[in-house]
Amino acid sequence: MRGVFARGTSRGLAVLAAAGLLALSACSSSGGKKSEDTPEGAGPRLKIAMVTHSGAGDTFWDIVQKGAKAAAAKDNVEFLYSADPDGGKQAQLVQAALDKKVDGIIVTLAKPDAMKDVLARAAAAKVPVVTINSGAEESAKLGAVAHFGQDESIAGEAAGTELAKIGAKKALCVVHEQGNVGLEDRCAGAKKTFGGDLQNLFVQGTNMPEVKSSLTAKLQADKGIDGILTLGAPFAATAVDAVKETGSKAEIGTFDLNKDLIASIKSGAIAFAVDQQPYLQGYGAVDELWLLKNNGNVLGGGRPVLTGPAIVTEQNAGQLEAFANRGTR
Amino acid sequence: MTQAVAGPPEARPDERLARSSPLRRLLGRPELGALLGAVALFAFFSIVADAFLRAGSFSTVLYAASTFGIMAVGVSLLMIGGEFDLSAGVMVTSSALVAALTAYQFTLNVWAGVAISLVLTLALGMVNGVLYVRTRLPSFIITLATFFMLAGLNLGVTKALTGNVASDSVRDMDGFASARAVFASDVDVLGVNVKVTVFWWLLFTAIATWLLLRTRAGNWIFAVGGAAGSARAVGVPVDRVKIGLFMGVAFCAWFSGMHLVFAFATVQSGEGVGNEFLYIICAVIGGCLLTGGYGSAIGAAIGAFIFGMTNKGIVYAEWNPDWFRFFLGAMLLIATVVNLVVRRRVERSP
Repeated sequence: MRGVFARGTSRGLAVLAAAGLLALSACSSSGGKKSEDTPEGAGPRLKIAMVTHSGAGDTFWDIVQKGAKAAAAKDNVEFLYSADPDGGKQAQLVQAALDKKVDGIIVTLAKPDAMKDVLARAAAAKVPVVTINSGAEESAKLGAVAHFGQDESIAGEAAGTELAKIGAKKALCVVHEQGNVGLEDRCAGAKKTFGGDLQNLFVQGTNMPEVKSSLTAKLQADKGIDGILTLGAPFAATAVDAVKETGSKAEIGTFDLNKDLIASIKSGAIAFAVDQQPYLQGYGAVDELWLLKNNGNVLGGGRPVLTGPAIVTEQNAGQLEAFANRGTR
Repeated sequence: MTQAVAGPPEARPDERLARSSPLRRLLGRPELGALLGAVALFAFFSIVADAFLRAGSFSTVLYAASTFGIMAVGVSLLMIGGEFDLSAGVMVTSSALVAALTAYQFTLNVWAGVAISLVLTLALGMVNGVLYVRTRLPSFIITLATFFMLAGLNLGVTKALTGNVASDSVRDMDGFASARAVFASDVDVLGVNVKVTVFWWLLFTAIATWLLLRTRAGNWIFAVGGAAGSARAVGVPVDRVKIGLFMGVAFCAWFSGMHLVFAFATVQSGEGVGNEFLYIICAVIGGCLLTGGYGSAIGAAIGAFIFGMTNKGIVYAEWNPDWFRFFLGAMLLIATVVNLVVRRRVERSP
């Protein structure tokens, strides 16, 4: 305990130092002297806006942004980010980006109908659009040059296969946001390949005690449950607690990663994670717009580029630990 | 549980209501409608869900109820005092973040984080109260503003300090075990695993009930909620009472926040939004009037119990989750209408 504590001090200082460095690097990526000296081979400075349907404080979108910012720093791109879960407001944000005369737009199509008109205006203004995360099917129809994302059904199928592999027969699919099409697709995909009985359980994702008590209640109501699939990393940790408390024998799998989750996979408390590599979605989209401008390339040749599912288990968790610790995996 | 909460009305001495019969007195209690609703819901779920009646299940229901109920104590007192606090939901998250972030970033014993969080959270409640008293704007507006500011601070500060949107885990830090024992442990009661929050919830409810019914401060709370002008005229320190009530909500938010930290070790900075309405719903089901001046802490506890039963009963009954919110809304409506009908009948009868 003492040792951990002593290390904690230096870690605290390291965090402060890192925060300072981050602040410095964040300053230099937009405007100022650096914007004048173009890095070798980086081409002219571009301004790219990303507009997503993310709610506030979501780990997943934080990682997407980190990927996008890394690519932006490398490509000499000025990167702008905004988000609103409401379709109409998201469209307004895209319009605002167009008004700012950006050189490219990255957008999610969680609500494709709401984005239709504003993307038509982008096309009219000859601003290239790349879609990420959701909307693989609508992407090309709405005039986007490329799409980077995970096919939720395919990812769900991968999760179902993993669930079957760990020997589960009767499992739960824990939906933390009711009415989210992507989450429903994952559960439906998992059902397809799982083979056993998979039921959906709805929990209120913004209220962790509620998530916990709902899981506990379900495990108490049905002692036969031997598998749990959560659709976000924080919920997997809570599922571990619920399983422990109820004395359930359920094995846990999840979507998405974070640093605590890697530790749980290493220790065996969580069997697997399906990672859709959000970093890659942000990084790929910025890079694609740069490539298009400077070399006319289209990654994936106009077909959606899949960023997942990457499966993380006890075998490969160790290799990813360092990346998860810095919040990019 | 239901027996315990039914106790106090009979136990009340009748010096203030000497002429009315015990039955009338019982019917006049704000929590009676909620109590009937709770009994009806309990019977309903016992019939439709096999697992509901098991002791372990009941303990889970109580846990769910307690996480709402602890907040409902402070919120109900504030509502009786005539005000709302829309920042109560995110304040829980803020409080949890303050404790987790200060302890981790400065590598302190987690109890230091707990103490710093208490001071800051009470200060937040005081800010709400003082802003209200100074500006006389509706508390709805004031706390809506603080709600947004806190939500922004939660996210902005967490990200600035940790580089991520969740706080770092405090699980391996000094003091975690003892703090967990206080805020998030399990207690074995006759072989049933009961969360410690359930006992805190009952204790807070008891203290609030005593405060309301047995102390001068309690009279003041009813007075400022019913008729602030008259209360001021007879010398009630209206401003101090209101600030105190906002701080009461803050105290409950601090306690709930500590439960979050020590039950889950990391805190997601975007959590808590929307919960403020659930706390208000608990208080309203329990008989607190939206207009102030009427209600009880026991009622709010029963409201939280109803909420917990509905919330978990739906899981035990294994209903299709697509319909979850509909069931929840219908249950709440029924409970509130029962409450309303009972109260109207009492008010109408001679």
